[in-house]
Amino acid sequence: MNAKERILGKLRASLAGTTPVADDYDIGLVTDPWRYAADERIARLRRMLEAVHGETRVTTAAEWPQRVLEALAARGIDELLVSPATAHGRSLAEHVREQGGALRLKGYERPVEAWKDELFFHTPASLTGTLGGIAATGSLVLWPSPQEPRLMSLVPPLHIALLNASEVRDNLFELMHAQRWTDGLPTNALLVSGPSKTADIQQTLAYGAHGPKELLVLVIEDA
Amino acid sequence: MSMLADTPAQPIAFTRNAREALADAQLRRNFRGAMDSLMDKRRNQFPDGDELERLRAFGNRVRARALSKLPDVLERLEANLVRNGVQVHWAETVEEANAIVHDIAERHAAKKLIKGKSMVSEEMEMNHYLGARGVDCLESDMGEFIVQLREEKPSHIIMPAIHLNAGQVAKLFHDKLDVEYTEDVDRLIQIGRETLRRNFFEADIGVSGVNFAIAETGTLLLVENEGNGRMSTTVPPVHIAVTGIEKVVENLRDVIPLLSLLTRSATGQPITTYVNMISGPRKADELDGPQEVHLVLLDNGRSQAFADGELRQTLNCIRCGACMNHCPVYTRIGGHAYGTVYPGPIGKIVTPHMLGLETTRDLPTASSMCGACGEVCPVKIPIPSLLRRLREEAVRAPAAEPHHMRGQGAKHSKKETLVWKAWRALNTSPGLYRVAMYAGTRLRGLMPADIGPWTRYRSAPKPAARSLHELAREHLGEQ
Repeated sequence: MNAKERILGKLRASLAGTTPVADDYDIGLVTDPWRYAADERIARLRRMLEAVHGETRVTTAAEWPQRVLEALAARGIDELLVSPATAHGRSLAEHVREQGGALRLKGYERPVEAWKDELFFHTPASLTGTLGGIAATGSLVLWPSPQEPRLMSLVPPLHIALLNASEVRDNLFELMHAQRWTDGLPTNALLVSGPSKTADIQQTLAYGAHGPKELLVLVIEDA
Repeated sequence: MSMLADTPAQPIAFTRNAREALADAQLRRNFRGAMDSLMDKRRNQFPDGDELERLRAFGNRVRARALSKLPDVLERLEANLVRNGVQVHWAETVEEANAIVHDIAERHAAKKLIKGKSMVSEEMEMNHYLGARGVDCLESDMGEFIVQLREEKPSHIIMPAIHLNAGQVAKLFHDKLDVEYTEDVDRLIQIGRETLRRNFFEADIGVSGVNFAIAETGTLLLVENEGNGRMSTTVPPVHIAVTGIEKVVENLRDVIPLLSLLTRSATGQPITTYVNMISGPRKADELDGPQEVHLVLLDNGRSQAFADGELRQTLNCIRCGACMNHCPVYTRIGGHAYGTVYPGPIGKIVTPHMLGLETTRDLPTASSMCGACGEVCPVKIPIPSLLRRLREEAVRAPAAEPHHMRGQGAKHSKKETLVWKAWRALNTSPGLYRVAMYAGTRLRGLMPADIGPWTRYRSAPKPAARSLHELAREHLGEQ
C-alpha cells in the first residue's frame, strides 16, 4: 500500500456507517446581500476599487485610446506592453499611428524565458482586456491567454485594464454562473481587485509590493 | 528574547515561554496594537449580524460536507488535476512530503526555490530540510521575508511579522540588506520589492500553499494581496503546491461563501487583491507559466482528528487567523511562545494531532475558556469544546480504551485522579459533606498561606466561620 492508499483507507474507515452531509447550497445568501440596481453597479465597482487605490475612469469605445495616451503621458511613460493580436490592441495601435507622438508599443510575443530581463526591468506599463467585473468586491476578471499572458497584468508597475460596463456582474456567484466557469477553467483564472498591497509592516498599508503599484481601469460604457 | 536566540521554542516549554513573553513590554505593546486593529477591521466587514451568522453556518456546512465525503472528494480532485496536467503526490508524514519535494528538486537540478506563502511548508520545516541538501529557499511574502532575515519563525499565520514594529524592520533592513535606515513603510516595502524581484526569475522552483483545492474542476485557489504568490506560481519553470488533505471543497461554487468568510475574517477585506485559480501547467501555445505543476497532499495527523466525529470539526479550519486575533492569551504572549507552527486557539486544537499530546500537553490549558475564538470562527469550529475535549484526553489513563489520540494521558496523574475521586465522594455523600463543612469552618485558622501555584498570584482563600448551609438552617429554624 502506498501513502495514498493508506491515507484514503484511514479516512474511509473513519466514515464507516456515516451519511454524507447534503448539499443545501444557499444561493440567496451569496447573492441577495450583493445586488445592485443597474445605475448603481458601476458606481459600486468604482468605489470599491478606489478605496484600495485603484484608479477608474468612465469612457467610451471611441475615447478610451486617447485616455490611455493621456494616462501614459501624465506619468512620463513612453512604452506600453499591449497585444497586437487583440481588437483593443489594434485599435490602440491605429490611434497611436493617427496621433503621432513618441509612444512605443510592444507585444508579449515570445516565451517569457526569451525576454525576462526586459519584461521585469524595462517595461513600465501594460494594457490588457478583461472578461468582466464584479461590483460587490470591485474586481476585474482576467483569463490570461496566449495573446495576453499571465505576467502582463503582474509585472509592469502600471497595469491599465479595459472593462466593458455591460460585462460587470453584481457578485461572484452571478459571474461564475453567467460565464459558465464550471464548463472549464483556463490554466489560470484571476480576480484582480486593485494594485498590489501589503500591511505586513506594523499593519500599515503600502502599495506596490510585488504586483503593479498602479491599476487604472477604463470602464467602457457603450461597448 | 532568550527563547529565540538559541533553539526555536518548543511546545513542551510553553509555560516557561509564556511567562517570558508576558514580561516583554515591547512584545505586548506590538501585539495589543495589532490585534485591536485586526479585530476592528473584521468587525467593520460584518455590519449585519444576521448575514454574518447565516454565512458562518453556511461555511460550516460547506466544510462539513466536504469532510463527510473526504476520500471521494480527494479522489475526484486528483482525477481532475491529473486530467489538467497537474501531478499529485500523497504524503502521510512531513518526512515523506519533504522527500517528494526534494525528489522533484533533484530531477530539475534545482538550486534555488522561491516561496509564495505556505504554513504547511512550515509544518514540514521544508526550508531547513532542503537547505541542508543544497537547495536555497527564499521567502517572498513580505512578512515571511522579514522573519526569514531575522532567522525567526512566523508569529501569526496571516501576518508573520506582526510581532515587530516599523523601527525593528527598519533596523533589520539596514543591518542585513545594507540600505539606508528608514522607518517609512512605503520605502521599506519598495526595498523589499527591489531585493526580491530578481529572485523570482532566478528561482528554479516556486512553492506555494493552497487556500482551497476544488475537486469539481481540478483547480488550486490561492488568495493574496502582494502578488508574490502569482509571481512564485508563474515565473519559475516548476510550481509545487503543498497543502493538507482537508483543504478541499467539492464544487467551484463552494468557494464563494468561504472566500467571503476568509478575507473578511482574516484581514477585514471584502476580497484580497488577487484571487488566483490555477488549473494546470503552461499549455503548448502559452508564453508563460510553469511547465510542471505539482500538488503534495499532506496528512501529518489530520487523519487522527478525522477519525473522531467531534475532533473532525478541527479540520473545518480555513486558516483565517480570526481566533488568534480575538484570543486574550495570544494577545498577551504572542505567537512564538506556543512554539508551534500554528499558534493561538487553532494551534492548540490542531497541533496535538500533528505532534502528539506528549509535547503539546499544556497547549489546551492555555485558555480561560472565554469563548471569543468560537464566536468568531467563520466555520463554527467549537474551539472551547475541543479544548475541553483535549484536556480530557490528556488526563485519561494512558491505557484506557478506545484510543483517540497519540499521547493520550500525557497529563495523567494517579495522585490527581485520586484527589478528584475523593472530591466526588465528598460532594455526593451528604454525611461526608456535612463533616467536611464542619471541619472546614471550625479549623479555618489552619489554612496555609502557601498553596503552590494558586497562591503565586492570589491570597489563600479563608473559609467563613460558619457555612451557608448552617446559617440557612438556623434562619429557617427561626421562621
